[in-house]
Amino acid sequence: MTAVPDIEFRGVTKRYGSVIAVSGIDLAIPPSAFVALLGPSGCGKTTCLRMIGGFEQPSEGAVFIRGHDMAGTPPYRRPVNMVFQQYALFPHLDVEDNVAYGLRQARPRLSSREISRKTGEALAMVRLAGYGRRKIHELSGGQQQRVALARALVNKPAVLLLDEPLAALDKKLRTDMQIELQNLQREIGITFVLVTHDQEEALSMSDFVCVMNGGRIVQLGQPSEIYDEPADLFVADFVGKTNLLSGKVVGLSGKLVDVALADGTVIAARKRTPLAQGEAVSVSLRPESLSLGAPGSGRLDGLVRNRIFLGSTAEYAIEVQGIGTLLAKADHLVGGGNLFKPGEPVAVGFTAGTPLAFPENNGTNQRENKNVEIVS
Amino acid sequence: MSAGTGSVFSMRGNVLRHNLLTALLLGPATAWLVVFLVLPFVAITVFSVGERAPEGGYQAAFTLAQYANLPARATAFWNTMVLAPAGALACLLVAYPVAYYLALRAPQRWRLILLALVVIPFWTSLLMRTYAWMYVLGGRGIPALLAYVGIEDVRLINTPGAVLLGIVYGYLPLMILPIYVSLERLDRQLLEASADLGATPISTFLGVTLRLSLPGVMTGFSLVMILLLGEYLIPTLLGGGKVFFIGNALVDLFLQSRNWPFGSAIAITLVAVSVVVLLAANRISTRLSGARRVDLI
Repeated sequence: MTAVPDIEFRGVTKRYGSVIAVSGIDLAIPPSAFVALLGPSGCGKTTCLRMIGGFEQPSEGAVFIRGHDMAGTPPYRRPVNMVFQQYALFPHLDVEDNVAYGLRQARPRLSSREISRKTGEALAMVRLAGYGRRKIHELSGGQQQRVALARALVNKPAVLLLDEPLAALDKKLRTDMQIELQNLQREIGITFVLVTHDQEEALSMSDFVCVMNGGRIVQLGQPSEIYDEPADLFVADFVGKTNLLSGKVVGLSGKLVDVALADGTVIAARKRTPLAQGEAVSVSLRPESLSLGAPGSGRLDGLVRNRIFLGSTAEYAIEVQGIGTLLAKADHLVGGGNLFKPGEPVAVGFTAGTPLAFPENNGTNQRENKNVEIVS
Repeated sequence: MSAGTGSVFSMRGNVLRHNLLTALLLGPATAWLVVFLVLPFVAITVFSVGERAPEGGYQAAFTLAQYANLPARATAFWNTMVLAPAGALACLLVAYPVAYYLALRAPQRWRLILLALVVIPFWTSLLMRTYAWMYVLGGRGIPALLAYVGIEDVRLINTPGAVLLGIVYGYLPLMILPIYVSLERLDRQLLEASADLGATPISTFLGVTLRLSLPGVMTGFSLVMILLLGEYLIPTLLGGGKVFFIGNALVDLFLQSRNWPFGSAIAITLVAVSVVVLLAANRISTRLSGARRVDLI
């Protein structure tokens, strides 16, 4: 890439005493990208964001903003602005004064007409025109969120940093804001760096997803890449829903391996890393890659335990003797002929090669993290 | 159905018990306030419109002569009106940096210990501590030390400066604690947001930290100020009777010249001034800190 990256991490490590929060991160974020730092709590994503903002200093390595080493540059001299998790709006100022706060710090001073014009534009951009004289506590969560956005964007930062910005909103509002943020980013064309623990949010909003775990980047790629070609077991498990089946490698043939599952069934799976004959592996099977059919017609036979009907799709929990419970997702065709009932025997099938095999020991210790995090 | 009515009855019982409990809990405090605040206040009000009996004390009458006579104690009022705000201000100037350090800079594990150190002097009576200052500032204290190194004839005790020092020393914790609380409650993210938006540390302090700690400042200021309006001990011990406060005038009028009505009129005026100060402080603090109401009285 020829363009200077907006943000670049070079060998960045951050330690708090003996605790390593971030370990040897190298990352270049191209201009005008929407990047999500995704990971469970404690993975170092917020620390990375705070190092860009200047609230934390790297213990080793350097953070560059548009090619400038930011070592020793305090937050108030950095060309970036942050939307804080709890918004951090000033309670003693009204909406307009909150948005104008950054403009009033500019030296040489801006004229008050200039300030009120820019403030008005910023409020209009987030659809809050006419709310200027409201007090912060009179606004709803979604409105406060938009004030925080306007307050950051009015300063025309090189990069906008977003720290779990949607975590405090309800589901409906979150979806609206996801679309709004995406539109804003395209409209303004500056780089957005979003920190989130919500994989759906990361996948749906960003151009690039940077999956972090244990202070390291485990995978960087486009959302579809992350979902379809997870780099390891951790990513496969953390991003999206998946079934993980234990097995053993019994055959190697090019890119594919034959894996014997616990019940003896042998299935063909793709591999991401070299695997040895006899090695213990976990096979990842996405729920939507499973197909259900009449008993005997598939690869595995099981019983429907639960059905969760979701309208356009239905999710099934299917118990397979000797393997455990599999989650399957099937499209619901109009007419309902393809719905299975709890207690009904079914066959589970999948296209050869859709399963992905990962070394068993890799990343499994991180799996518990996934459900623990509510808000980091 | 029967279970339903039963629960309604028990609820009614609960409400009764609840009211009884409330009355019991509030009783002692109410009795205390009536006996030691309301009744004396009524008595003083009645005294203040009365006359001095020939042999001293109170004689029933209805006259505003005592109030008309207030200028006779103008010096005491003046001293109080100057030294009480000045003392509160001096207290504030010393207390704010301490509270700021305690709340925002001190390492977490030291915070409680440092706070305890602020409060511990309160465990000794103010009288004892002020006496100690008498000796420290007196002829055989600091002046003697200074004379030893060649600086002669330094006079510290019985000066307005000594009174101010005593005031700051005696009331410092009352100023530190409310400011500490307001700074401690300050959302740290607001400080980061301010820096993020380009504000230098000084602008952040003035625009956010100081601004949002004003309720604490006003609470501390009015607390100290009101106590100082009635201060008697420190001017007596460290001012040597030369710096005369209203408190001293009151002691004089009630115990020496036994002019109860005039003393009462002064006391009522003092209370009125205190209330005005409190209301003003409350008003300013509410306005400056934005949304949150701070009720002092």
